[in-house]
Amino acid sequence: MRAASYRDTRLPERWAAAWRSFRVAAWLGWQIESNWTDPFLFAIYSMLKPLASAAILVVMYGVITNGQFENPVFPYIYLGNAFYIYVGAVMTGVSWAVIDDREHYRTLKYIYVAPIRIPAYWLGRGVARFLTGSFAVLITLAAGVLFLHVPFHPDRVDWPLFLLSLTLGVMMLALMGLVLASVSLMIAHHFFLIGEAVAGALYLLSGAIFPLEVLPPWLRPLGFAMPITYWLELIRRSLLGDIASGFATLSGFTNGQLLGILAGLSVLFGLLAVVAFRLCDRQAREKGLIDQTTNY
Amino acid sequence: MSSEARPFFTPVPKATGWRLFLKTVVARAYPRVVGQQRERSWIFFDVFLSILAVSAYVFVYRAIGAPEEYVGFVVVGGAMTAFWLNVLWSMSSQLYWEKESGNLALYIMAPNSMMAILLGMALGGIIATALRAGAILLVGSLIFRVQYAVGNILALVAVFILTLAALYGLGMMSASLFLLWGREAWHLANLAQEPIYLLSGFYFPVKNLGFWVAVGASIIPLTLGLDAMRQLLFPSGAALGFLSVPVEIGVLAVLCVLFLAAARWLLGYMERIAVREGRLLESRR
Repeated sequence: MRAASYRDTRLPERWAAAWRSFRVAAWLGWQIESNWTDPFLFAIYSMLKPLASAAILVVMYGVITNGQFENPVFPYIYLGNAFYIYVGAVMTGVSWAVIDDREHYRTLKYIYVAPIRIPAYWLGRGVARFLTGSFAVLITLAAGVLFLHVPFHPDRVDWPLFLLSLTLGVMMLALMGLVLASVSLMIAHHFFLIGEAVAGALYLLSGAIFPLEVLPPWLRPLGFAMPITYWLELIRRSLLGDIASGFATLSGFTNGQLLGILAGLSVLFGLLAVVAFRLCDRQAREKGLIDQTTNY
Repeated sequence: MSSEARPFFTPVPKATGWRLFLKTVVARAYPRVVGQQRERSWIFFDVFLSILAVSAYVFVYRAIGAPEEYVGFVVVGGAMTAFWLNVLWSMSSQLYWEKESGNLALYIMAPNSMMAILLGMALGGIIATALRAGAILLVGSLIFRVQYAVGNILALVAVFILTLAALYGLGMMSASLFLLWGREAWHLANLAQEPIYLLSGFYFPVKNLGFWVAVGASIIPLTLGLDAMRQLLFPSGAALGFLSVPVEIGVLAVLCVLFLAAARWLLGYMERIAVREGRLLESRR
């Protein structure tokens, strides 16, 4: 008679195990992210990177336009860049856990033999980066509003649309991070964070810092296939109103249509995450990659 | 019996002095050059993703109607990011990684010079990264049809070599500092990306940051190296340059000597502290 395995448990028990894995991983992730230094230095660390990224774009824009920050293009670029911080943070938070546990702490093999739901654990590890990312987004937005005349009027913001878009977008990014985490099981340790590297690449295709019309025609369909494109458009519309919907890229879509597309693409990435995890997990087990170390 | 007295192996003469130094350099460079080429995913991520990131900045310039030469500035800056990332993650924080993986104690126990280990890491890193940076430069230039106008190729080669020598000297120096840190090392290396891209003018002429900011940023060799290369590669580079090319070459040469000497001194100093405080085998994970 076959011994009962962890996978034989009933659905409610699986959900309970997934929630427990997520919760504990979130706590663990926060400890790893934050307890290497004192809170003050950690706050500086969390602020410097995003502010420097934003400053690169601000200087580029300022040099070419002689400081025309009132032009609607500027808030388009600035807000896109500010909220794009979530893309790198969430995708990296989820996917880096694989490399961190496998190569640095060398605990991935122990996690694999523990009664843990691995995808839920990875998602939980992403929570810390989401929190620090949120802090970075707030700081970047504050800098833009205070020093660079980014138009922000709390009474004109469509808060329900903003909160709904933000929630849906973060869930979509976490699912994309799960796909990357699965792929990370199969690849070597890189000197950079794969989540941030892929986020850097998607920066090009999602219209984060320029309208998609600037891309060559053959690249535009890729931009329209990216859920991040619709997410950023919704965020801009909810915060800027008419200024954002004046750009031609997605002006033909209503907010409801954009939300529908974002939700549909998120479901698609959810399915892709399930398939990717199953495939990569099996391959990693087959090839003995669960405890490999690749630090040259 | 004479056959019984014969040893099972032919003794290899032990290398000492400069021969041992050179062998150590080559031995440490080998995994950098060969190992990295074996990881195909590294080649893909290093080149392809860098091209995409560079492209994003190129399209920003195009979206705001920048002159075409700025596209060239971004492509050259993007190629040089490969060296900065290599110095950060594979030089500065390498001794920390070696400590974590247990190699550092072996390096110190072996009868070789730690300076040779660092030089080997640097040389291997330069060769492996030059291949990637070259690929980024070539592909980026072809895609965006970047026009170069090289007037003084000797000066360009001198600037490139001096920049890399000073940059990797800085990496060797900071490797010793990182040796004393625990997890802070990883975070500090992570922190030194975007702020350095900004201060060193990877995507725009550093002159735009103002004189004193540019002077301060010149401690990073890529600041002056990139500025000089842009002046030598593009017709309007000289007008947008921070200092004249001969001055920048002079400063880079000084930085070279300074960083290499400091690396040698710091390595000995930090090794003594690390041995005294028992930090060579610790693992603060």
